[in-house]
Amino acid sequence: MAETHSLQDLQQPIISSKVFIQRDYSSGTICRFQTKFPSELESRVDKQQFEETIQTLNNLYAEAEKLGGKSYLEGCLACLTAYTIFLCMETHYEKVLKKIAKYVKDQNEKIYAPRGLLITDPIERGLRVIEITIFEDRSIGSAR
Amino acid sequence: MKNCEYQQIDPQALPTPTPTPTPTPLPQHGHDSDRREEPRRPRRKWQVFPGKNRFYCDGRIMLARQSGVLPLTLGLILVTSGLFFIFDCPFLVKHLTSCIPVIGGVLFVFVLITLLQTSFTDPGILPRATPDEAADIENQIDNTGNTSYRPPPRTKEVLINQQVVKLKYCFTCKMFRPPRTSHCSLCDNCVERFDHHCPWVGNCVGKRNYRFFYTFIVSLSFLTAFIFGCVTTHLALRAQGGKGLVFALQESPGRYPLLTNPFTAVELVICFFSVWSILGLSGFHTYLVASNLTTNEDIKGSWSGKSGEDVTNPYSHRNIFINCCSVLCGPMPPSLIDRRGFLPADESAQTGSADIELPTQATKSEINVCTQGTKGLLESATLPPLLSTSCPQGKPQTAQTCADSPAVSSDLSPELSKSCGVRHPSSFTGATPSPSHPKNCSKKSKHAALHIPNPAFDDPLTPTSSDAGSSSKARGHQGDSITPLH
Repeated sequence: MAETHSLQDLQQPIISSKVFIQRDYSSGTICRFQTKFPSELESRVDKQQFEETIQTLNNLYAEAEKLGGKSYLEGCLACLTAYTIFLCMETHYEKVLKKIAKYVKDQNEKIYAPRGLLITDPIERGLRVIEITIFEDRSIGSAR
Repeated sequence: MKNCEYQQIDPQALPTPTPTPTPTPLPQHGHDSDRREEPRRPRRKWQVFPGKNRFYCDGRIMLARQSGVLPLTLGLILVTSGLFFIFDCPFLVKHLTSCIPVIGGVLFVFVLITLLQTSFTDPGILPRATPDEAADIENQIDNTGNTSYRPPPRTKEVLINQQVVKLKYCFTCKMFRPPRTSHCSLCDNCVERFDHHCPWVGNCVGKRNYRFFYTFIVSLSFLTAFIFGCVTTHLALRAQGGKGLVFALQESPGRYPLLTNPFTAVELVICFFSVWSILGLSGFHTYLVASNLTTNEDIKGSWSGKSGEDVTNPYSHRNIFINCCSVLCGPMPPSLIDRRGFLPADESAQTGSADIELPTQATKSEINVCTQGTKGLLESATLPPLLSTSCPQGKPQTAQTCADSPAVSSDLSPELSKSCGVRHPSSFTGATPSPSHPKNCSKKSKHAALHIPNPAFDDPLTPTSSDAGSSSKARGHQGDSITPLH
């Protein structure tokens, strides 16, 4: 009985709170998140680390939305085919979104999950916020 | 004890890390309260989508709940093009060149494809804030008023490219709207880079489908002008062979039956009146694209400096070419609402209850639709009077109602529907008769008031044809009071 209880305590995550990193609109409507370090995470994760994560995400989104020769070419080609190529081809944006999903997963596995945090991919929140879930810190003193 | 499900923090188990039963290899199951005892089958997110949209093909295709006059648009395009190909092309191929049906065919296919893409694509709908997000935003706002009356509109100011922009709080979606985002009252969604809600295509025009819409109207103006030119040439050639134009219209020399020429005359009339409105609309939208503006901003005069301050459009790249490229050839943003994703078990229950609790609060978007109607009135005044006669009578009333009661959408919709519903029989042939309109509209307003999440999703595969006529209550399309047809 006691074993099962402690096992349950160890492995069932309890959400303590959630922090939302809002969008930064100072450069327009491009997807950018605020890099301000929230106070709730002060005890959990290094400020430098956190800012690096957010900055990398911002750079990836900027890459997705970049206006350049390649995106214009894609757009013109799409226009000439009455946009039917969108049905068969994966767009540049979608490719970068996959990169972002992989990056978020990586960061979670390496840095945030060991500290009892979980970053939700912003695309799952409509690119409005980065949701960081803070779990109750039960790893102190428990055997792992 | 037997039911304790243990689950480690699994970074892959997004979005909610709460333990969910996963006994089978199938994706996460959702269920509604009626079917708890039955084996759980996965539900997709489109089935609990809170906005007023209809989904087909298991969430691949979406439309606004009121399809507007999309069937009419499609019908006119198909009929006029069909008549052109059947009656005019053979004559012109024989007397001129065989390129004519080829060019006509290419334009026709272009028009049809872009029209369907405009109608069926997600315009850039922003998903509503999750309860946690909404609570977080509420905590950040000072809540000084009590909850017995509607609190004053909440705004947040941001600095975009050295320009102060006010972000408004959306009471329906429970979040601060990003810049250039507006809440469409007809679709009950916040749409990014909201341009307008177009009844002719039966959908909002926003960030994701603006390029389809622009290509549609440009190719439609080419098609209309082309058919008009061909029909005129056809009649001119026939008249040369006979005793004049009237003879050419009335009688049928050669191998065609008598029916041929009346159809040609009909095409001529339709094309003549459509060409001006469609060309005008294309020109207007070309101006918008070149200055990186939306119809919404243009109508409201957000960046025209009316208030006397030195306001400039902070989104413009200050270069016409770059503006055009960024609007029309920029990267295609993804759909944010993830229609075909599966619901996690907990969220389906949460979403349902959250939606039922949400009353339809007023948003400023009804004014967007109405002001577009007023602008349309001003523009249609310059256009040929054939089909605009019915609409101006409707529009001042809608503008009036909007000015009087900008507050509540549920109050507004019956008013709009009543004022416009009466006008319908005169403006559309083949629309449902007027006595049924007030009933349909009042039913819709009741639905809007209750804001039941899925009233139309019980049978998503049967489109309500009665929606077609009555839904033109939002005549939000400037200059488009005239049939867009050749």
